[in-house]
Amino acid sequence: MHNYANAGDGNLPNLRELASTIRRESLRMVHRAKLGHPGGDLSATDILVTLYFGVLRVDPAQPRSPDRDRFIMSKGHCSGALYATLALRGFFPWEELVDYMQPLSRLNGHPNRTELPGVEANTGPLGHGFPIAVGAALAAKIGSAPWRTFVLTGDGELQEGSNWEAIMSAAHYQLDNLTVIVDRNGIQQGDRTETIMRLDPLPEKFRAFGWAVREVDGHDYEALSNTLGATPFESGRPNCVIARTTKGKGVSFIEDRAEWHHHVPSDKELAAALLELGEEVHG
Amino acid sequence: MVEKFDCREAFAATLEDLAAQDERVVAVVNDAVGSTKLGKFYKRFPCRFVNVGIAEQNMVGVGAGLANGGKIPFVCGASCFLTGRALEQIKVDAAYSRANVKLCGMSSGLAYGQLGPTHHSIEDMAWTRAIANLTVIVPADPNETAQAVRVAAEYDGPVFLRLSRTPVPEVHGPDYRFHIGVAPVLRQGTDVTLIANGTMVSRALEAATLLAADGVSARVVNMSSIQPLDRDAILDAAEATRAIVTVEEHSIHGGLGGAVAEVTATACPVPMRILGIPATFAPTGTAEWLFEYFELTPQGIQTAALQLLGARVQQ
Repeated sequence: MHNYANAGDGNLPNLRELASTIRRESLRMVHRAKLGHPGGDLSATDILVTLYFGVLRVDPAQPRSPDRDRFIMSKGHCSGALYATLALRGFFPWEELVDYMQPLSRLNGHPNRTELPGVEANTGPLGHGFPIAVGAALAAKIGSAPWRTFVLTGDGELQEGSNWEAIMSAAHYQLDNLTVIVDRNGIQQGDRTETIMRLDPLPEKFRAFGWAVREVDGHDYEALSNTLGATPFESGRPNCVIARTTKGKGVSFIEDRAEWHHHVPSDKELAAALLELGEEVHG
Repeated sequence: MVEKFDCREAFAATLEDLAAQDERVVAVVNDAVGSTKLGKFYKRFPCRFVNVGIAEQNMVGVGAGLANGGKIPFVCGASCFLTGRALEQIKVDAAYSRANVKLCGMSSGLAYGQLGPTHHSIEDMAWTRAIANLTVIVPADPNETAQAVRVAAEYDGPVFLRLSRTPVPEVHGPDYRFHIGVAPVLRQGTDVTLIANGTMVSRALEAATLLAADGVSARVVNMSSIQPLDRDAILDAAEATRAIVTVEEHSIHGGLGGAVAEVTATACPVPMRILGIPATFAPTGTAEWLFEYFELTPQGIQTAALQLLGARVQQ
């Protein structure tokens, strides 16, 4: 039913439809597993859809092809959105998503590259994906290879110091083949990022470290596509895309609420959320 | 006087050879160019020498990313910082991910003697061998160091090489062949087995000579491969000699002695002594002085073996 293996044409209305499918499924996954991170899943969905169906040069039939673009999901706790996106893109069967976090499933709460095709890095503890992305981008530079590396981080995640080590080294090594996308929804587990530990002025911080920075609406497919398709922004500088997002995007009662970081929807909440996300009602 | 060697020379020379043969080989360091002896590597292969600065977490992550991109990274730094600062990256980015990363912990154990306990690395064997998927090697001499570097490069998966700067004599002949998970018997014996690794192997051999004068026949085993462990060599020793003394430049908790005891306690219990550094932060002193202080000497090993056998030191 869901076979979009050849859907990487970046067609915008198509992206909107795919994103709704992923949002609905990720919420069902969290509801079934009674565990997960729906706020971040919904926040990151439009970024993931834009990448996998319009930007990344990847082939689900050859997930370890040496010349593939690398996408590293540093915010590994948003595995619901990542798995639904990978399945929809054809990396593994859509039907397998019902196994999310079930015993012996390869759909662990956090992604595992040794078991699941399409996963580039085992993430979960925050601040790990960014250094790995720097290493991947360096590998391409050393080998003069044309493939690109993208990494998606949460915003609260940037409180981990390892990211700033990575930010320094990417600029030092002039990795203009590396793009970090910050899912800037402004909320972390406990509260607003600016209340817990201030991140702003975030664009200026990246610029001060030597990065070329663009800010976009992280739910605007056209803006995301145009921006992510325009790298390198400046030759010799790594690319930072600060995607302004809404945590819980697409469901009115989940949007912009810290308590939905890892809240599991009840049956009633799931039904209401699916309706808002355009689920067809059958008589 | 027996000639002694700084195994970092063998390490660096081998890595240069490998890099000349295989363009996938990359060195990653945390500004530790001199202490890794990789200055010549840098001169010969500047494009394959990645200095991330003083940033160990990033260093290990960068290593995992380089491996993802098809390289064979040797990630090198003082073992105290590499393992202590970046342990979660070692666990997740290297081991759990089965990334083809070679972690090289330089100047392990008490090598930085006078710099103090901040720079001693006497927990690294315990930390790393507790991590699944991670091969842990502690070479004993230049020959074994060179071979371990080559084997690590050929092996597809994460490896931790625990290296030292403290000079050691050669303990293996030119025909010795290192294999992951195989512990060579360096001297046969029937009364007690001395199991050591790294800098302690030559001391165990000297202790065996002293013990022979006491009429005690000591077997000596080099347990350079800590993970996977050579279970058969341990059980052979336990059954044949009925007594084991382990010797390591490491805490007595969770390292070589612990690994051996886990095998004997469950499969062939025999009397044991575990020699190493007790649960203490070492006082100020050179590595050699600290070896004396903690009785990690041929005489110290001899005494422990004789006590274990219920005999008395002949003096």
